Amino acid sequence: MAVLITSGLARTFRTKHGPVEAVRGIDLTVEEGEILGFLGPNGAGKTTTLRMLTTLLPPTGGTATVAGHDLARDPAGVRRRIGYVAQSGGVDPTVSVREELVTQGRLYRLTAQQAAARAAELAEDLGLTELLDRPCGALSGGQRRRLDIALGLVHRPRILFLDEPTTGLDPASRSDLWDLIRRLRDEHRMTVFLTTHYLDEADALADRLVIVDHGRIAAEGTSARLKAAYGGSPEATLQDTFIAITGRGTPSRDTAPLAV
Amino acid sequence: MPHVLSDTALVFGRYARQTLRSTPALVFGLIQPLLFLVFFGPLLNDLPLGGDGDSWQIIVPGILIQLGLFSASFAGIGLVLEKRLGIIERMRVTPVSRLALLMGRVLKDVVQLLVQSLVLVAVAVVMGLRAPVAGVAIGFVFVGVLTVSLASLSYALAMRVATPQEFAPVINAVTMPAMLLSGVLLPMTLGPRWLDVVSHCVPFRYLVDGVRAAFAGEYGDGKIALASLVATGLAVVAVTLGARLFRQAGA
Repeated sequence: MAVLITSGLARTFRTKHGPVEAVRGIDLTVEEGEILGFLGPNGAGKTTTLRMLTTLLPPTGGTATVAGHDLARDPAGVRRRIGYVAQSGGVDPTVSVREELVTQGRLYRLTAQQAAARAAELAEDLGLTELLDRPCGALSGGQRRRLDIALGLVHRPRILFLDEPTTGLDPASRSDLWDLIRRLRDEHRMTVFLTTHYLDEADALADRLVIVDHGRIAAEGTSARLKAAYGGSPEATLQDTFIAITGRGTPSRDTAPLAV
Repeated sequence: MPHVLSDTALVFGRYARQTLRSTPALVFGLIQPLLFLVFFGPLLNDLPLGGDGDSWQIIVPGILIQLGLFSASFAGIGLVLEKRLGIIERMRVTPVSRLALLMGRVLKDVVQLLVQSLVLVAVAVVMGLRAPVAGVAIGFVFVGVLTVSLASLSYALAMRVATPQEFAPVINAVTMPAMLLSGVLLPMTLGPRWLDVVSHCVPFRYLVDGVRAAFAGEYGDGKIALASLVATGLAVVAVTLGARLFRQAGA
């Protein structure tokens, strides 16, 4: 069953130098329990798309249904059913881990008792129990990331949006986080929509990849299919495949000199 | 309880705890207005300031409004910092009432200002202020409404700018002339005619006059009524603007 459907989703920003079409029409269907890797070069429209799907930015074109609710008509309904973990996380370094978790639960309208119980449960599940009374600012990078994700899970969302979840983490923390994301899908049938710059991460974690470029979907499919179709063979690296699709990193149309 | 009220209480609690945690800011916030009272107030004790009350009845209302003017105008700086940490986005993705995100913060500022005002007036009484309790209470209402207005505008500006470096100059550019022209330090009637006329274009002028009238026990001369009108108008405009910016996405 599809939990996310977009049709022609677009966003144009008005700037002093004229309109900038950041996203030019995204058609996308994501199935329940799927881990979707959303990839693209810098400026391709990944974050803008994510901000639209999480109600932070109204689209200027197209439609989307997220977790059964229309994005434009019922953003409040969408908010109740999605979790969003931004790249910057979003915790107050002076507030304790417990207070952030409980407040987050209360923002999702849990009662004080429910919020406290849910905070303890999530802390147990994500290995934060020992840290509950520490200020958020005292956590390591990997611990911080687990807290950010715990905050996104407080209300048991159907879809979890993760914006570059492992940027800045050491290899061991990254691999722990991959395990956590797989576990969320396996145990809770949660759908995970993640953006990443790391091709090994997309390769290892995502069931399906969507590669965006210039605000449009340039290619989509499983990693193996994309490698065969664009990289030349199933043994091609995702790096080569990515470059073949987006034309970045090679002396392509973007960088070719007009005259030699 | 409607969601907007319980959400406002939740947001209020978060920022009240934040304020209580930052002891240096709390202590300095209490001491700063007292510095004016102790080091500036006595200068005016024997000067002819016009009006009926004694000098403390003129000075203390001025310091009260000045306190509200500066503290509430800078309230948004915390929000600019929180925006940079991603806290605002995190909250905006939850179903929490957008109005509550504003009003919870504003209410915290009002409570903080009223506590500071109470300490200020208590110390002023020790130094020689004599004013009717009802008049002081009216003065506190004006400080509260002024704080609602200026804090809302300050948060509205904070939603629109990206860095503290963009935020602070705007606030300084507004508060400094507003302070000088509202007559918080000395009554504007002491100055030349043109200055008195210009100061009537500054809404805070009416609040200062109103609070001075209240502290002097002159409830019927129209100054309090005029101040109420200006304060209410300012609050309606400011809260409407603030609420609209908090509702809009993309900030």
